[in-house]
Amino acid sequence: MNTSLSWIKAYVPDLDVTAQEYMDAMTLSGSKVEGFEKLDADLDKIVIGQITKIDKHPDADKLVVCQVNIGTNEEIQIVTGASNVREGQKVPVVLDGGRVAGGHDGKKTPGGIKIKKGKLRGVPSNGMMCSIEELGSTTDMYPEAPEEGIYIFGEDAVVGESAITALGLDDVVFEYEITSNRVDCFGVLGLAREAAATFGKDFKPPIVTATGNQEDVNDYIKVTVKDAELCPRYCARVVKNIKIAPSPQWMQRRLAAQGIRPINNIVDITNYVMEEYGQPMHAYDLDTIAGKEIVVRRAAKDEKFVTLDGQERTMDESVLMICDGEKAVGIAGIMGGENSMITDNVQTMLFEAACFDGTNIRLSSKKIGLRTDASGKFEKGLDPNNAIDAINRACQLIEELGAGEVVGGVVDAYGKVKEGRRVAFDAQKVNQLLGTEIDKETMIGYFKKIDLDYDFDKEEVIVPSWRQDLECLADLAEEVARFYGYDNIPTSLPSGEATTGKLSFKLRVEALARDTAEFCGFSQGMTYSFESPKVFDKLLIPEDSELRKTVVISNPLGEDFSIMRTISLNGMLTSLSTNFNRRNKNVRLYELGNIYLPKQIPVTELPEERMQFTLGMYGEGDFYTMKGVVEEFFDKAGLHGKESYDPQAGKPFLHPGRQANVIYEGKIVGYLGEIHPQVADNYEIKDRVYVAVIDMPEITALASFDRKYQGIAKFPAVNRDISMVMPKHILVGEVEKIFDAKGGQYLEGYELFDLYEGAQIKSGYKSVAYSLTFRAQDKTLEEADYTPAMNKILKALEELGIELRK
Amino acid sequence: MKAKLEQIKAEAIREIQNSDGLGKLNDVRVAFLGKKGELTAVLKSMKDVLPEERPVIGQLVNETRESIERLIEETKAKLEAAEREIKLKQEVIDVTLPAKKNRVGHRHPNTIALEEVENIFVGMGYEVVEGPEVEYDYYNFEALNIPANHPAKDEQDTFYINDEIVLRTQTSPVQVREMEKGKLPIRMIAPGRVFRSDEVDATHSPSFHQIEGLVVDKNITFADLKGTLAEFAKELFGEDTKVKFRPHHFPFTEPSAEVDVTCFKCGGKGCRFCKGSGWIEILGCGMVHPRVLKMSGIDPEEYSGFAFGVGLERIALLKYEIDDMRLLYENDDRFLKQF
Repeated sequence: MNTSLSWIKAYVPDLDVTAQEYMDAMTLSGSKVEGFEKLDADLDKIVIGQITKIDKHPDADKLVVCQVNIGTNEEIQIVTGASNVREGQKVPVVLDGGRVAGGHDGKKTPGGIKIKKGKLRGVPSNGMMCSIEELGSTTDMYPEAPEEGIYIFGEDAVVGESAITALGLDDVVFEYEITSNRVDCFGVLGLAREAAATFGKDFKPPIVTATGNQEDVNDYIKVTVKDAELCPRYCARVVKNIKIAPSPQWMQRRLAAQGIRPINNIVDITNYVMEEYGQPMHAYDLDTIAGKEIVVRRAAKDEKFVTLDGQERTMDESVLMICDGEKAVGIAGIMGGENSMITDNVQTMLFEAACFDGTNIRLSSKKIGLRTDASGKFEKGLDPNNAIDAINRACQLIEELGAGEVVGGVVDAYGKVKEGRRVAFDAQKVNQLLGTEIDKETMIGYFKKIDLDYDFDKEEVIVPSWRQDLECLADLAEEVARFYGYDNIPTSLPSGEATTGKLSFKLRVEALARDTAEFCGFSQGMTYSFESPKVFDKLLIPEDSELRKTVVISNPLGEDFSIMRTISLNGMLTSLSTNFNRRNKNVRLYELGNIYLPKQIPVTELPEERMQFTLGMYGEGDFYTMKGVVEEFFDKAGLHGKESYDPQAGKPFLHPGRQANVIYEGKIVGYLGEIHPQVADNYEIKDRVYVAVIDMPEITALASFDRKYQGIAKFPAVNRDISMVMPKHILVGEVEKIFDAKGGQYLEGYELFDLYEGAQIKSGYKSVAYSLTFRAQDKTLEEADYTPAMNKILKALEELGIELRK
Repeated sequence: MKAKLEQIKAEAIREIQNSDGLGKLNDVRVAFLGKKGELTAVLKSMKDVLPEERPVIGQLVNETRESIERLIEETKAKLEAAEREIKLKQEVIDVTLPAKKNRVGHRHPNTIALEEVENIFVGMGYEVVEGPEVEYDYYNFEALNIPANHPAKDEQDTFYINDEIVLRTQTSPVQVREMEKGKLPIRMIAPGRVFRSDEVDATHSPSFHQIEGLVVDKNITFADLKGTLAEFAKELFGEDTKVKFRPHHFPFTEPSAEVDVTCFKCGGKGCRFCKGSGWIEILGCGMVHPRVLKMSGIDPEEYSGFAFGVGLERIALLKYEIDDMRLLYENDDRFLKQF
């Protein structure tokens, strides 16, 4: 919503503020001004001059030398190339040292262009005559301005006075952000009322006088509303003997300042009243209305209709149509029809000011794919009581402008009259809610300023129908607060019972995951929750996989963002790919983000959201580096037991020989591995990529922040090494299982210290060496203490087909 | 004998003084004091000395031995010091050579900003809670006083799964879920991911983060809201930060406000960063609408509350002067490393 300051001042005549003051104060009282534009910001020293004499330029065919009277009998000489100047004309003249907004090609120069005395082909020129473009506007907004050449004032223009003022350019246009609850502020009058209240000035809305001749409008038109739900009110008036002409300049100027192009008196009046009252209106050529009747009804299914922009559109039963005795003539609240539009030859017209159901207009406009200024206003839900004022105001302007003869009377189809509302008021409760001590009279004074009456007997605020947003005491409290000033409300901190600030356990475990990942060199990434269904193919996930059962967005931004992810790897691989393509070396990333697993297809309840701790890297490091990070995290999270790894993880996107499920206490809690080279290719990463995905709900269930001190061993340890040669297919995990099972009470730990496959070892075999540590908490171990355990271990190893090397 | 001892002593002193290294010095020690050394030889020849002279000669031998030993020790200390000196000189390194860093990863700027916010509110007694990202329409809209067909639903450009389920457009539904638990008083913040169907550009993302705040108790006032958020702004943006509350409209709060803070770049004077206004908008807030309290089973006659919502990315972009929101979701290592 925009308004010019001059239009606001028309209804708040005592308003005397700078643009900045207006912007600040209005914003603080609730009508947020986003910014303003001073129309004359780049204009300076421009007066109305009269050309007294035109001579040919001695040295240039296309130039003329003008003598221009700029008032106080002062004449200056100006050389111009414009061909439309004549002696006696009054024109805008920028004097030496003044500024214009841009060139006559319409290109604006920020800060304007300075005009200086000079010589044109040897002849002194002491200023410049201006085109409307040079003044920063267009012929669209100033239809009287010539397409080419200097702007020519009317004869009544006063020589020597400011051309800027004469053109209405000494104005400021404010741009507001009006919130959806303040429907009344989508019109100049509503904002003027707020401005008057904000600055403590009187609000003087236009006085709408009675209009119309002796005839009766009912002889011209009959209105039937078949769906009063969708059309609570339909007002119609008739104007005959229409004389289409340009509207007066004051109206053109006001519209131009709002950014609305003046067309002719009828169109301009309609737009003017729409801006003024926030009430859209429509005009039909009454001679095209069959049966001299208007029927407001729902469209038939697939009903076709050609709107006045020449487009054929298809309706359904929810769309409300304005029809005559035979056919549809307009889509209610959205756009009129080509078949009934006003042309320059119009004789008699039907004026419509109606109120339509906002939701229906919004949905219809969406369905038809047509949003107009009118629908934008209607969809906010207009006040039906405003419609009659607006149509009468329009007819008043028709008479004042001599645009036609208004027929007496109004056809007013108004079913259930919308009444104002009464809201119980309690000053003490308002103060309690705000934390203020404002007295009751002051509060009632604030209400009065915005035309809310107060019933002292019933202690109720009487809310007019245009303030449909005021429903309860809290709403009244906001009215009090904004006029008292949000700034003036004191500050305090909540009193009452103390509460403990804390993070949930889940969030604490996630914080630990972050810490661990970062200590291990992984940086945190964030990726989208939605992705393309094509990622499953990219990840080689089979057609029948459960992972392909997804939560699907019904209105996605595109296929690439259409499903909620059921696996976190695509985001990770995409990020790694971005890094790889940008030649970043040795990249390690992690992400903590949800996957969304539907409980059923189609989705009828919320999906399960499982937090995934995803790690990915390329460059330095290998499978075991990644495994180390996983174990580091488990240890930090208080999972001090031993993880085991099942190479039969069955992940199609991982290298078949380099993948494992991570198993803790018998449960799969995640997986890790090298990305399948085919998948790496799909993501255009030409390096080995390692990933780990930890299913955080499993970890959170097992995690603990409890720690128990174990005592530091006081007695010496005994180390025994075992060297083995074993078939390659035996996993060292098997060997470790034997250590765990047979190691006895004194086995403290074991460590792999050599692993060799190659020429020194027979083919198909590998050499593995472990160092075992035995220790007792209470004594120095004797050989006899650990020998039985060693023997059991060695025996079990041999049973597995492992050769022991002495 | 005596003369012999004197001679040995003089010889030893000379040899010791001539020793230019610890090895040589040791050779001298062995030559004079060792088992086969000269002084030992003298001792061995004591049997040839007259018995009555033996104590005198013996004492003389011991004195000679001691003085040689002492001199050796002294010289050894000197030589050691000299050698260490040489070694230290040899061990000079180029301290400007590159550091060997332990590769530590970096936290996402969103998370750093979030943790700052969390710390502030946890310190004020707020609990950090979460709610689902895929949410029922009821919690995201209806229970927040945004009934079906409310224009605000369109304004928020909602992603729908179906008629009942949406991707939450705000973290506000967590308010409702907390209030429904019925445990009062409530002081909570709820950070999390939210979704709106905005095309990706420098200032928009279809997926971003908000932090919701909610306090419900007896006698909670708008003044409390102002005080709390003023405190928050100071903690987050610096002690000199001022806040400005502007009336606004949100369906789930009444009265509602938008909050600006003084531009932390120019301190409120006006700069390119704050578009000359001196103020930067950071959050929306208000008193919980009585209808919202009622729908969640809280009696608005007895309890009141305030709520606020902060855009996390907005804070991160402002605080770290990141000029393009897309950077937050690209995960370029060179970007992440800066945090």
